[in-house]
Amino acid sequence: MRKLLLMLATVAALVLAVPVVSAPSKTDATKLKVALIAPSARTDLAFTQSMHHALLNLQKKYGFELSVSENQFVVANAANIIRQYADQGYDLVIAHGSQYGGTIEQLAPLFPKTSFAWGTAGATFGQPNVYAYEANSQEGGYVNGYIASLMSKTKVLGVIGPIAVGDAKLYVDGFVAGAKAQSKKTVVNVAYTGSFSDPSLMSKQASVFVAQKADVLTGSSQSVVGALSVVRENNLKWFGTQWTQASLAPGNVVATQMYDWMPALNQIITRVQSGKLGGVSYRISLKNGGERIQFNKAAKTPKAIQETAKKVVEKIVSGKIVISTGT
Amino acid sequence: MSEFFTTAILTATIASGIQLAAPFLLASLGETLGQRSGVLNLGVDGIMLLGAFTSYYVALKTGDLRLAVLSGIAVGAACGLATAFISVTLRAEQGISGIGVYLFALGLTSLLFLKLVGTPLPIDQPGKIEVPYLHGLPLVGKTLFRQDALVYLAFALVPVVAFVLNRTTFGLNVKAVGENPAAADSLGVSVARTRYATVTIGSALAGLAGATLLIDVGIFQQNITNAVGFIAVALVYFGAWRPVGVMLGSLLYGLTQALVLSWKGLGIIPVSLSDLAAAAPAVITVLALLTVARRFRQPAALATPYTRGG
Repeated sequence: MRKLLLMLATVAALVLAVPVVSAPSKTDATKLKVALIAPSARTDLAFTQSMHHALLNLQKKYGFELSVSENQFVVANAANIIRQYADQGYDLVIAHGSQYGGTIEQLAPLFPKTSFAWGTAGATFGQPNVYAYEANSQEGGYVNGYIASLMSKTKVLGVIGPIAVGDAKLYVDGFVAGAKAQSKKTVVNVAYTGSFSDPSLMSKQASVFVAQKADVLTGSSQSVVGALSVVRENNLKWFGTQWTQASLAPGNVVATQMYDWMPALNQIITRVQSGKLGGVSYRISLKNGGERIQFNKAAKTPKAIQETAKKVVEKIVSGKIVISTGT
Repeated sequence: MSEFFTTAILTATIASGIQLAAPFLLASLGETLGQRSGVLNLGVDGIMLLGAFTSYYVALKTGDLRLAVLSGIAVGAACGLATAFISVTLRAEQGISGIGVYLFALGLTSLLFLKLVGTPLPIDQPGKIEVPYLHGLPLVGKTLFRQDALVYLAFALVPVVAFVLNRTTFGLNVKAVGENPAAADSLGVSVARTRYATVTIGSALAGLAGATLLIDVGIFQQNITNAVGFIAVALVYFGAWRPVGVMLGSLLYGLTQALVLSWKGLGIIPVSLSDLAAAAPAVITVLALLTVARRFRQPAALATPYTRGG
């Protein structure tokens, strides 16, 4: 028994020694303390990287302390960390993932002096200390789908989503709508793998789409890195969302809907500084600059295609194109 | 549904299924060896993670895939020695220690990936190997005889492990130690040495499974295994501790996964049922496990530490 306890203690010590939570960069009691809890790594080329990048930019402006807890794909663990941050007196705790909504709803009433933000979602649960944020990802999805259909030779597109929720579903719906708006004859095959974090399934789903003659693929979530290997191998075209994956397939990534959470975070942080702890939800969009279409220079996309994309963006911003997301 | 029954789609689906089955097969073959000697290793998934990360990092730094695979195997073997030390020498409770190994590997690989790599970069992947003449056969040619080298290796190991278990002295010792370690000990078979050997070889195969998964995906990601190692442990029960049974279980799981993906892509499974369908491989395997594995008995000394005279 003593040996077992010794072994368990050793294993626990080793596990605890792994710093999944990085310490705040500065210590000053007067500074705002902000914490980020995210399901994947800050370098995931997707969802978490977009938020971390925005927070680093805002840190330069506001000088707040920032603690990041990444790879928290297990919600129960994330819930513990969110509670710890609130216990430690963090002013703003950002739970970056729609899977954390239930936790925020439960914890917010217990820590009325802490401001919580979560997304992508619109619900603040009627709590005065909860902010919500979401992305109009159907907008960039529409632009990507329109251009993808235009560039496809086989007129078969493949869309790989993780789970049909949040901005992933909006993006997929927008992509399908855009492709169909460009040509009703374009076939758009859609599949959700059922996981945000399984690149192997993404890879295999991409292979299936290749067999279905798709020559342009797109996908959402941090697991799309699995699909990029198939894209490279078969020399397909790829459209991204959330953050660019151009480094993984420089010649294949055509364009990306880039997320910039600054418009939402700017308002949230300003309000928290003035003592308003929640009750509002925000959206990033093409209109407010929270989303933008970024072409990958290495893919050498023809200027005419880029101009077409620009015109589609203008029509979405002006309201001439209204996107149905099927929700 | 008619779109599914085209040569291209069927071929791609079966090829994906076989590829998906390979990591399960390697890991579960290794676990079979360990369990036949009486050691339950629940740390398989963690060892796969360490094997995958090591292979990834070596491939990234050297560009040498053979060295990358060998590194994955070596790390797996080292983990096996550590696991055997905990399970055999310290006689710890095997289930809990395995979970400890998994958690440690999960945290360590995430940390190393963040500190040593940071922004994910892809590795060069090997091309498919076509078996001369056979790959030209209609339908089965492209599915069975155009695969990655490690996929061929995984399936080639099935008769090898079966032969070792059933036709060699070492294999007979392994089974004796797993069934009645005291009797084996009385006949001069070293229980500890046998268990050290099976767990080390089994973990090396888990490291190879991680490398196989990594090379197939072409990039590392935190928790890239997504519980493949845990499913591999279940497949050992499904396969009734026999290499061929384990292979059939791995193929069932991989092919079901590929079928679900294919049907989703074709719209045969609607988006509204997508999440439910994702659980299908696990559900089917569990149902099969319940019906098949009940007919077989597990090694009598499984998960029981051995103490001479104890």
